[in-house]
Order: sequence, then C-alpha cells, then structure tokens
Amino acid sequence: MRPVRFNIHPKEANINEAISMGKAPDGVPGDGFFATQLSSVVGLARKNSLWPLPFATSCCGIEFMATMASHYDLSRFGSERVGFSPRQCDLLMVMGTIAKKMAPVLRQVYLQMAEPRWVIAVGACASSGGIFDTYSVLQGIDQVIPVDVYVPGCPPRPEAIIDGFMKIQDLVGQESIRRRNSDKYRDLLNSYGIQ
Amino acid sequence: MIESTMALTNEHIQQKLVKKFAEQVYGFSTDSGILSFESSKELNLKVLQFLYDEPSLGFTFLTDLCGVNYPQQPGAELVVVYHLHNFSENIRIRYSVATNVAEPQIFTATKLFESANWMERETYDFFGVNFVGHPNLKRILNVDEMDYFPLRKEFPLEDQTRIDKDDEMFGRG
Amino acid sequence: MEDQNHIALPKGSIEKATTTLNIGPTHPATHGVFQNIMEVDGERVVSTEQTVGYIHRAFEKLAERRPLYQITPITDRLNYCSSPINNMGWHITCERFLKIELPKRVDYLRVIIMELARISDHLICNSIVGVDTGAYTGFLYVMQYRELIYEIYEEVCGSRLTTNIGRIGGFERNFTNTAFTKLEKFLNEYPKVLREFENLFTRNRIFMERTQGSGGISAERAMNYGFTGPNLRATGVDYDVRVQQPYSSYQDFDFKVPVGTTGDNYDRFLVRNAEMWESLSIIRQAFEKVQSFKGADAEVFHAYVPEYYLPKKEDVYTKMEALIWHFKIIMGEIELPKGQIYSAVEGGNGELGFYLISDGGRTPFRLHFRRPCFIYYQAFEELIKGGMLSDAVVTMSSLNLIAGELDA
Repeated sequence: MRPVRFNIHPKEANINEAISMGKAPDGVPGDGFFATQLSSVVGLARKNSLWPLPFATSCCGIEFMATMASHYDLSRFGSERVGFSPRQCDLLMVMGTIAKKMAPVLRQVYLQMAEPRWVIAVGACASSGGIFDTYSVLQGIDQVIPVDVYVPGCPPRPEAIIDGFMKIQDLVGQESIRRRNSDKYRDLLNSYGIQ
Repeated sequence: MIESTMALTNEHIQQKLVKKFAEQVYGFSTDSGILSFESSKELNLKVLQFLYDEPSLGFTFLTDLCGVNYPQQPGAELVVVYHLHNFSENIRIRYSVATNVAEPQIFTATKLFESANWMERETYDFFGVNFVGHPNLKRILNVDEMDYFPLRKEFPLEDQTRIDKDDEMFGRG
Repeated sequence: MEDQNHIALPKGSIEKATTTLNIGPTHPATHGVFQNIMEVDGERVVSTEQTVGYIHRAFEKLAERRPLYQITPITDRLNYCSSPINNMGWHITCERFLKIELPKRVDYLRVIIMELARISDHLICNSIVGVDTGAYTGFLYVMQYRELIYEIYEEVCGSRLTTNIGRIGGFERNFTNTAFTKLEKFLNEYPKVLREFENLFTRNRIFMERTQGSGGISAERAMNYGFTGPNLRATGVDYDVRVQQPYSSYQDFDFKVPVGTTGDNYDRFLVRNAEMWESLSIIRQAFEKVQSFKGADAEVFHAYVPEYYLPKKEDVYTKMEALIWHFKIIMGEIELPKGQIYSAVEGGNGELGFYLISDGGRTPFRLHFRRPCFIYYQAFEELIKGGMLSDAVVTMSSLNLIAGELDA
C-alpha cells in the first residue's frame, strides 16, 4: 500500500482525538426507544443522505471535482451519489458563472426538481456575479431562483465548499415538515415567478 | 530558383506582395518581428489566396481572425485583422482590412480556411461586421436576442439595468 | 437514409427519419457548458450543431478597462485547469511588448510552474476520458497528485486553482524551501503513479477498442480547421510553440515532441500521456538548473521593472522613489507605449495567443485572446459524423474542451 502523506511535518494519528459523538435531537430516551419530533427524525435522515446535482459551469466546478475526490471526500457527508437528473436530486449546487444565456436553463433545471429542494450557490460568480460585472453575466443566481446558502470564494477552497454543505445540512436538519406547504414559502416562490 | 533555398524573410514577403499587388497593399510595418500590412477590403480574398498558394510564401494556417473598432477613424471604423502562419518556415504575418461602420461588408474567408467560420461569427457578434458568403452568420457567444454589438467602443461594459451594484462606489457614478 | 431497414416515409410527411437529440448545456458528459443538437439515426450520428456562449463573460471588453497587471486574474479563468500557463503567457506578452529582459533564474522557475500546469491539465483530460469510457478509478488515483501540484502553487502564490501567479518581470516572492521540498517529493513519487495510470489504460483492450478508430481527422483537415496543441500533434504535425518560437528559455531544455498518426481518440490520449513524461523530464532539468545558481544569484526572482513591479514595502516606507512608483502603480497611472503585439505560448490545448493593441493609454485599446478550444471545436461535426453516439461522447472529452476557454 503506497503511503501518501502531504504534510512534510506529519502528526501521528490519535484515534481518541478523532472521534466525536454526533448530537442527538431533543427527545425522551427509554429502554429500546427514543421519542422525538417527526421533523427531527426526518431531518436527521435527510441531512445525512442528500443527493446533490452538481451544476458545474466553470472554475468552481474543478474545485468541486477536487472536493469529490478522495482528498476532501464529500461522500463522507452522505452525498455519495451525485446525480445529473434534477428529478432525483435534493440539492442543486450551482458552481461557476451563470451567464444570461444560461439563466433560463438554470431556472428550468430548478423547476424540474421535486420538493423538498435546496440550492447552494458556490463561488463568487454564482452568489453575485463575482469579478465579472459585465453585460453578459447574471449578477447572482438569486435573480432567478431562491438560494439557501452562499459560499464565497473565487474559487472557494474545498474546505469552504464542505462548510457550505454542512450549513445546508443544518438547514435540512432543522426544517419543519410543513415548511414547503406554508404561505411564506409560497410567497417566496411567487416573488421569483414560480408557481 | 535561388529563392526556394533561402529562408523566408519579411523583406522577401513584402517584395512579393508589392510585385503582385503594387500600391493596393500598403502600410507595411514590422513591430515585434511580425510584418503587418493592410489593403482595401475588396482584395482580402485575393491577398489571402495569394499568400496561401504562392509556393515560396505558403501561409496555409490561419492563426487568428479578430475585429477592432477605431471610432476615431471615420470611414474605417471596423478593422478585421488576420494572423497567418507558415509552419515550415516558421514565420507569421498580420494582414488587416478596414470597413466603415455604416456598411460593414467583408468577403468571408471560410472557403479557404475552415477555422475562419466561428472566428467570423465571433467578429460579427462583437462588432457587427457582415461577412458576405458566410454559411451561418449568426451570433455565437451572446444571446440571440441581443440587438447591439457590445464590443464597439460606444457601448458600456456593465449591464445598465442591474440594481445591486452602486456605480457611485466604483467611481463610475 | 435509403437502406432496407428503414420505413419509407410518404412524400410530404412531416416526420423525419432521424431523431433530434439535445445534449444540452447541462449534461454529465459535457465537461463544461456547451450544447450539441444532434440528429441521430438510431445510434449513428448524422449531423450536429454546436452552441457555445453559455458562459460568455466578456473578457475582451473587461480587459479594455483594466491596467496590464489587473488582466492577469481574468486570464486565469480562460483554461482554468492550467491557469499558470495562461498567466505566464500574458506576462510574457507584456514583457515582449515592453521590451523587458528577464534573468535566467526567473525563466527556469517559470518553466517549472508551466510544466506543472501542463501535467495538471493533461491529467484531468486523460482521466476524464477514462471516466467517460467507464473507468472511474484512474480519475481518483491521479486527483491525489493534482492536490500535490495545488500545494506547490499554494506555496508560491497562495492560491490553488486560479493562481494569478507571477508578475510582469518575474515572481512576487522567491520560492521557499518548502516549495522546493514539495517539488522534490512530487518528482520522486509521481512517476510511479503515472506508470500505474498508464498501465490501467494504454494496453487495456476495452479502452483501446472504445477509443481507436473514432474521432479521427487527417493532418490537412486539422490544419485547415486551425487545430493546435496535442490534438494537432496526434494527427502527425509536430507543431509546438515551445520549439518553434521559444519563450522563457525553452531553448535551453532538451525534450521531445510526441506525435501521433491517425488523430483519433487513442492517439490523443497517448500524445497527452507522452507529453506528461516529457514535462516531468523538463521539470527535472529546470530544477537542476535552478539549484545550480549559488549565492546572490539564487535570490533573484524578478527583473527590475519599476513601472509594473511593486517595490518592497520597506523601501516604500523609507525611499522617495519607491513611494512614487508604488503610488503610480496602485492608482494605475502608468501609460503604455503605443503599438501592437501578437504573442503565443503553448497552452494545455494548443497555441494560446494574445493580441494586444495599445494606443498609449493606461489600459489596452484592444485585447484579443486566441483561444485554441474555440477554434478546434468547430471541427467536432466532422470528427463524429457517421460514428456512434457513445463515440461522440468520448471524442468530446478527448478533445479537452474547457468551457472557460471556449467562450471567454
């Protein structure tokens, strides 16, 4: 087995420091059962098995490839299966510049996703147009679709992409079951022209 | 002939061009090693064909085709610049033709070089130069519905309808 | 189509015998956003029409607004898999325009960085060709070594992918010992990995049958289409800008230019693979040359270009000249000389050219990028006509189309 170590001053691995216990949701434990809210259980299941759709357009897409590769492994967080079909995915990861020519395509992909769906805008170009304040670049994807988490950076380091992903996991874990049917959500979608 | 054994030089190319086209080619200059010259736009295909076919010249590779907008030159505002390359002699050449912005028609070079196809579409998209005889002259990089030619100097870089960036803060207010 | 397997359509029918398939801008097979609207007859491709421009970011207009050193970050985003080559190409263009001579040590350091970028670019392309034929393992193995290349960039310039590396006249700081240690580690460990990657693919029967014979083009047609780089070398033409018009002291290095025969997908894969071995050898030679500088020579990392190279902060706080230059550079008050220049470097995909026209102002009058991907993507229809749809997918990825370079 070929050892690969990138640190030139490596630390010895200590298993006791590397384990942390996940926090259980609030609830009533008992002998063989754990009573909690349905939304907590559903949230816990959803957040650890998000299926992302990498909408990679430019340089941030290459950093995403580095995040998916073994060094910064994103599949540790449950997103082993990246899909390219919007019908089957939960999380739309928009990585890269979205030009005005591409905006209708992005909107159509978002519309094809089934609820519950989340959107993460990775990179400065997806968040606000980035360094390209020009006539042909959409100044942020939130002009066309609602966004949950923005990850700044040009391109953001893989650790930053993972941090954004973990924030999405927090949102997913705490989301109320009734959110998608609520008036507030419907108003949000209407403000983007989505029924 | 002696010409075929000596290496191709800029003077040689200039001599051959002047011999063939007399004063229809002009503006010879050599900056940074590349010979550049101009001619009127009606001759562009003849000059390109001559540079391609003539055995001692042999410029059979079109490196680049782009447009430039000189708003301060009335009658010659849009210039199309061809960069050609002769692989075996390792020599480059730059050739430009000018047209006015009211009737920007230039003959297409696609029959001679396939690579000119998209490069001419890009020049049309950015500057509005109409290439006569092009098989598919429509916009390539911008949206099809765009009604102006963005790289002309009179148009701004930023999208004027954006609301989230305050031009005052960028010193452009 | 006129053979017996097809139902003859009645005259005047609005049905077509072929299916229109949209391999749309978002598709796992297109590595980047470009669209192909294909007419297929069963599995055979009859014709295709490409649409690009889905990531047009108006670099050329953006460059008319910025002074020379601010254009480097936008050249990063052309071929973002090998952004140091774009940066160096732009710096070399500026230096040729401003007639700046560089010390040899700077040239050799630049060669190291550019060849690392070339390895990084070819690694992505070859491993993605593997992924498209179904072999995901190669991609995961080599991505670890791309991470090591990223660490070397980080030591030098601070950033992994879009590097903005170097300055007009040299580098922003000297290479640290850590950078050289990491480079040595790379030179020691990478050949084994590349050998392993080769063994997975080059004599693999499935890979050979998938890639040989598809996506081929002849040398004359390739030259007419404006091919350059590994795609042209795979057809048999040995045109390499590093050899023809050497820049950054490439004439001091001894390397071979690998050339293929038929120009099909297999040849392109092999040419890129062979180029990676040549790049490794060039990096070794450059590393030895850099280490042969001793004493004061080993501290040289830039030329003396006061108009474009920010002076050291200690000097800015103590010397008047340095303060004035610092002010002029930051406020962008340096006027360019008049003139025009076309300068090219050998990018990961071919001849990356910069055509700069200056009318004496502070920013370029016109800057045009000669982008190799944009020019050879036109030939895609000719490469796949009559072939199978799955071969079209492999051809698309073996051409190494990077969307940033297509659209600029």
